[in-house]
Amino acid sequence: MTEAPTGTARGVAVRLDKIRRAFGDLVVVDHLTMDIAAGEFLAILGPSGCGKSTLLRIIAGLHTPDGGTLHVNPADTKFQTAFVFQDAHLLPWRTVLENAALPLELMGVERGERLARASRILAEVGLQEAEDRYPSQLSGGMRMRVSLARALVTEPRLLLLDEPFAALDEITRFRLDVRLRDLWLERGMTVVFVTHSITEAAFLADRAVVLTRRGCGIGLDRRLALPRVRGNELRMSSLLAGEMQVLLSAMEEEG
Amino acid sequence: MKLRKVIPALIPFLVVTLALEWLVRAGWIKAFLVPPPSAVFQTMVHDWPELFGALAKTSAGALLGFVLSAAGGIAIAVFLSSSRAIQDAFYPYAVFFQTVPVIAIAPLLVIWFGYGMRTVVASAFLVSIFPVIANTLTGILSTDSALRDLFRLYGASSAATLWKLRFPAALPQILTGLRIAGGLAVIGAIVGEFIGGEGLGSVVDIARTQQRTDKVFAAVLLASALGLGLFGFINLLSRLALRRWHASEQS
Repeated sequence: MTEAPTGTARGVAVRLDKIRRAFGDLVVVDHLTMDIAAGEFLAILGPSGCGKSTLLRIIAGLHTPDGGTLHVNPADTKFQTAFVFQDAHLLPWRTVLENAALPLELMGVERGERLARASRILAEVGLQEAEDRYPSQLSGGMRMRVSLARALVTEPRLLLLDEPFAALDEITRFRLDVRLRDLWLERGMTVVFVTHSITEAAFLADRAVVLTRRGCGIGLDRRLALPRVRGNELRMSSLLAGEMQVLLSAMEEEG
Repeated sequence: MKLRKVIPALIPFLVVTLALEWLVRAGWIKAFLVPPPSAVFQTMVHDWPELFGALAKTSAGALLGFVLSAAGGIAIAVFLSSSRAIQDAFYPYAVFFQTVPVIAIAPLLVIWFGYGMRTVVASAFLVSIFPVIANTLTGILSTDSALRDLFRLYGASSAATLWKLRFPAALPQILTGLRIAGGLAVIGAIVGEFIGGEGLGSVVDIARTQQRTDKVFAAVLLASALGLGLFGFINLLSRLALRRWHASEQS
């Protein structure tokens, strides 16, 4: 299923071909076909219940599709794919540093090296001071940053995020949006970001896909005409407002 | 423990003790039914060598039964958690087993294990294992599904998932199970001694036939103290294991 066929274009990170997934009688994803380019920042938008999260879990290999094929390039998705959940989901009995190092530990990386790598990535998300603290001693935003660090510690090629900042206050969310965009620019990985926030999708992504409510077709697939480097000043610009307007119309058609 | 927390609990104890003493001395309660606290205290001092020996035996039986049910209960729960089919096949028997009153099967234990320590340990083990199984199993099965997905994503083996995720996540529930099991193990040991052993249970049984309610009370108090001691010990363990991360042990 994750085997890359010889015909796959080099520039494609994920190819979904007529993917279908049902839970009992409920068809959540049906005949969905889409390419995700390598190095792309893609936002997936859609009304609730349209199968956004299911789609993301299929790409991660956490759900198997009932029909269709999924190609992930490179074929060996193990350790290449990272997933960030809606909530931080940290191990409460481990320190921040040990949490961030967890994926490396599960991959069998030796202790000294994994802690050093986790420490570096924590510094990148601004948590070097909090390494020895426990999750219960952190704010929601800090916990989410640990979760982000944990996802990035393996240097994944493909980063999947499922409404990661939805539970945070606005200022924290703005900060993390900017940080995530910067990390993407620095690392050149492919990012798929599922959200129901039009503002967040337009601010973060280079390409936005709006899923339809029924059958999970694609209502809109748009390349956003926004600068590559983005800061909070963009939030007030007419450029962003214009893109948001387009996404909003597409969403309203589906809602 | 802080003195401020102990004093409020001591007040009802003192009031009840003094009231009981007064009621018995005033003749409202017959001394052969409920002995005055002072008589219980005198018995405790006078028969201390015998009572202490019995306490030591009961402690050994209860503790051994408790340790066996802790180890066995956790192992059984881990086995049951390994698949839905295994749970469906075996868990109903664990529940059924729990409903069998130990006092009813105690005579069988004597036939199987003979008179003495082995029967006492078996009785303590039997009554205390179920809460360990049930709580451990609930804890292991209720592990955060997102975290299970995360472990799957990074190709963790089922042993690694058990050891690094499910077991620590279940620890608060496991400790709750052990706390319940501690009290039950003391009860089980006493029941075992009633039927076929030596210790506080047999002291109670003999004192009962001699109408020595004072001695019965002294033995019961010591059995309670043993239960409390075990409970306190498990609380201490719980505090050490969870204080850094679990809400139940954080102030």
